[in-house]
Amino acid sequence: MLKFTEEHEWLKLEDGVATVGITEYAVEQLGDLVFVELPEVGASFSKNDDAATVESVKAASEVYCPLDGEITEVNEAITADPSLVNSDPQGAGWFFKLKLKNPADADGLLDEAAYKELTAQ
Amino acid sequence: MDDTAALKKTPLHALHLSLGARMVPFAGYEMPVQYPAGVLKEHLQTRAGAGLFDVSHMGQVVVRAKSGRYEDAALALESLVPVDILGLAEGRQRYGFFTDENGGILDDLMITHLDDHLFVVVNAACKEADVAHMQKHIGDRCDITLLDRALVALQGPRAVDVLAELWADVAAMRFMDVRHCRLHDISCLVSRSGYSGEDGFEISVPADKAEDVAGRLLEHPDAQPIGLGARDSLRLEAGLCLYGNDIDTTTTPIEAALEWVIQKARRTGGARAGDFPGAARILNELDNGAARRRVGLKPEGKAPVRAHSKLYADAEGKTELGEVTSGGFGPSVEGPVAMGYVPVSHASVGTQVYAEVRGKYLPATVAALPFITPTYKR
Repeated sequence: MLKFTEEHEWLKLEDGVATVGITEYAVEQLGDLVFVELPEVGASFSKNDDAATVESVKAASEVYCPLDGEITEVNEAITADPSLVNSDPQGAGWFFKLKLKNPADADGLLDEAAYKELTAQ
Repeated sequence: MDDTAALKKTPLHALHLSLGARMVPFAGYEMPVQYPAGVLKEHLQTRAGAGLFDVSHMGQVVVRAKSGRYEDAALALESLVPVDILGLAEGRQRYGFFTDENGGILDDLMITHLDDHLFVVVNAACKEADVAHMQKHIGDRCDITLLDRALVALQGPRAVDVLAELWADVAAMRFMDVRHCRLHDISCLVSRSGYSGEDGFEISVPADKAEDVAGRLLEHPDAQPIGLGARDSLRLEAGLCLYGNDIDTTTTPIEAALEWVIQKARRTGGARAGDFPGAARILNELDNGAARRRVGLKPEGKAPVRAHSKLYADAEGKTELGEVTSGGFGPSVEGPVAMGYVPVSHASVGTQVYAEVRGKYLPATVAALPFITPTYKR
């Protein structure tokens, strides 16, 4: 199941674990990424905490934790090559896996249709 | 009301939109920050081929002595800048700055000896203040006219070949030469200069002909339009100061490592030493050194260190040295680059300092500027 936040993160949910990245729309706005800083595996975050940082040539932006949970895995491939996020934001450019504290909270996020409507404005 | 409604547009605004530019507010203008190629590709295009920049927002000003004599205009302007203008040959350009009574920098500018008058180019955000400053101090001796013209910069190793398609004589120009010319019968003023660290040209064009000239230059396969994003990373790699970031009224020319701008004639013991605002402090610092210096900084990791990051002598953030004034990712350097101010005790190339980024103290080394090798045709 795919979910989205209004801050332009996407989540793919499987068995209470969310794979999290930033949307194609977000990447389009940011431009060419040159640096990605990922959280530590084992770190716990609350919803809306700064979990990662992305930097384009011009500016730095925060990536927020979309729900409460614990980081179980991070995608080192994007720290080695941030352009992966530009080329495949909703695939190989994923950021981290988050074990959700309350998997049911995901119901409160946007579905794909609602997110498309948000970004079409 | 739309936020962008109050913003001014340059004569190339429609061209930017037709080329797919993303427009942003900058110095009171709506300007292209990038085109569809993106900042990275635009930066590398300018270092390898040729990039066309719209810099029409900058101020183009004619300073003409009421007497009609170049010498009188030169001496008048010398009372506001620490530059040898009287000794500037006809058709030659020099970089300089307006200083204030405290030795701070009011704006930086390019000064050209053109025929019997001076042609100066100043920053967009400062142009009204610069004209008022000149009116106030030399308006009794000179007519100061802010021109309504477009300005485009063509920068990069292929720039000369691109411009030569319109005007073959351009190949004979040297760095900082300025010439009148006709590009397809359009009367233009071309200088072999720019702010990217590359060989290139700035072309002053009548506003109503700007789209024509820009369009003809972009017809060349080696030329691409470049936005403000790449303009900033190019000038940072070239170690060039951005007014408002790296220099302002709180920095003196010597602190900013710009003493090369002050020619012998204006220095202590020179034919026309001093006699510009702030001369006592500036010449004292020139002779005895300033307490702090602008330096290049090469962060050791991959994380860009941005403007306003604090600089420390130690990895614990105990002894603050100063701050970064420009910083980001250098696409040609393939890593982070920055400039900032540190005390002279920490200004030698190779000195290790630490920059605070998101609560961490990242090591950076004081590095020689520029970060790239300029390709100016001297």
